[in-house]
Amino acid sequence: MIKTAPATTASARIRGAFSEGRLTWSGLALTGFSILVYIFLYAPIIILVLFSFTRDEFGVRWTGFTLDWYIRLFNNPRMMGAAWNTLVVATVSTIVSTIIGTLLAMAMERYRFRGRNAMEGLIYLPIVVPEIVMAVALLAFSAIVFDVIKMVTGETLRRNLATVTIGHIAFSISFVVVVVRTSLKNFDRRLEEAAADLGADNWNIFWRITFPLILPGIIGGALLAFTLSLDDFIISLFLSGPGTSLLPVEVYNRVRRAVTPEINAISTLMLILSMALVALSQLLQRRR
Amino acid sequence: MATLQQQQQRRDRIRLALLLTPGLLWLLLFFALPLVIIFIYSFMTNDALGRVVYEPTLNNYVTIFTQSLYVNAYWRSIWTSVLTTVICLLIGYPLAVFIARSPQQWRMPLLMLILIPFWTNFLVRIYAWQIILANNGIINGLLEIIGIGRLPLLNNEGATLVGLIYGELPFMVLPLYAAIDRFDFTLMEAAADLGANKVQAFLRIMLPMTMPGIVAGSVLVFIPTLGQFVVSELLGGAKVDYLGNLIQRLFLRANPINWPLGSAMAVLMMLVLLVLIMMYFRVTSEEER
Repeated sequence: MIKTAPATTASARIRGAFSEGRLTWSGLALTGFSILVYIFLYAPIIILVLFSFTRDEFGVRWTGFTLDWYIRLFNNPRMMGAAWNTLVVATVSTIVSTIIGTLLAMAMERYRFRGRNAMEGLIYLPIVVPEIVMAVALLAFSAIVFDVIKMVTGETLRRNLATVTIGHIAFSISFVVVVVRTSLKNFDRRLEEAAADLGADNWNIFWRITFPLILPGIIGGALLAFTLSLDDFIISLFLSGPGTSLLPVEVYNRVRRAVTPEINAISTLMLILSMALVALSQLLQRRR
Repeated sequence: MATLQQQQQRRDRIRLALLLTPGLLWLLLFFALPLVIIFIYSFMTNDALGRVVYEPTLNNYVTIFTQSLYVNAYWRSIWTSVLTTVICLLIGYPLAVFIARSPQQWRMPLLMLILIPFWTNFLVRIYAWQIILANNGIINGLLEIIGIGRLPLLNNEGATLVGLIYGELPFMVLPLYAAIDRFDFTLMEAAADLGANKVQAFLRIMLPMTMPGIVAGSVLVFIPTLGQFVVSELLGGAKVDYLGNLIQRLFLRANPINWPLGSAMAVLMMLVLLVLIMMYFRVTSEEER
């Protein structure tokens, strides 16, 4: 490219700021700023992991290496129980919300029907309603249901893992629908028509053509649902009952009282689990 | 006798019903109905034991609008959410530009690096800041070494703001990146060739064209921030009340608990959200034109 007149200097300046690979002051500033942001994002996590191995009893500075906090953690029945509860809730919530969400995605993507717009709204509303509103609403609802059950059968029910799971499913469905719909949109329907022309019935078409092709989307939706459930704190806090608390709730209760590196240790383990899940989903997507 | 076409139509309708029913029922029963219930609760009364009394009243709303505790919580939450959103935008926009202008093979890894912290438990991420900002924590240690001495970094509104920005930043960067990545940067050169300076080119070309990303990111950051209560409790030291703190207390810990008042607060919060988002859409769509 030939630079000719001073008239293009403004253009050159702007190109410098925004174009790839050229060293300019503004480009350097942008890079430096971005590096700082990445440090801002990662420093807390790295420090958290590091301080799960510190001897310091408050877990806020480095006074030597120890694995004590992990050993204590594994010998803490409350924490281990909460960890188990969390996994059970996440598994059940993932299975149910993935099935329901996939069916909904099929209905929304493949059919025109009356009330379709209202359905669209109902599906996307849980994504935009603040979680605390959903949590208190479900809490009030569960109290009413329990009252009714008590009146009818005389049995006193308390909030338990089932109430939490129902809540998790309610907000996960929407996210599954979003992910699965994307893969249905990219789906070449002529493949189904071809199968029908070759004499396959609907059942066979679904299981041998449609399902394998949208499977990456379904797996993506399931992994998202699983992570959302693991990650959830607010609905878990409001809907879990006494003695059935989930890991984030247990951590919250501990942090509010006194901070010990045991919290760092459990946080580190939760971190590793989340990262493993993301790595898994990336791996699955790359294979396709 | 039904024709073949009618049979086909009937089969289609049955299939649609089977696909739709589980999701429809679940969302109606465990999402829509509970929202209706708290809407009704917000017009009910409370007794001394914290039980809901079915006597219609507007008292809950009157309380919220007249007592400074509640009015202040609304203003504080709205202001903090606006501030968080604006700062996330100011940090997120240059970052998204940086990623979008990186060499092709670097973009996905750079974006994934933003996402990884977001995949870890929100509570864990906030707790990590408690360690960093603690009185005998790492920053105060550094401040002591360089001779400034310890500062009360934790348990104030500044710490709350840092935690909120940290927690919500990825939600801002993702939609921004999607919009900026689609933006054709040669348009900036065209603007410059036509005599626009950098600021003009940015304000008149790039900003309007990336507005959908700005809107999406802002809404994604604003919604959870308005209802938060964990960050202000763990980092803010629960010294001042945000909306979420009051709602949580009214529902779980107050003595007596007051669900009708808590419901009214939640309903009003949704209303505030709706109005603010609609105003925001109006302003930004004018900007786009």
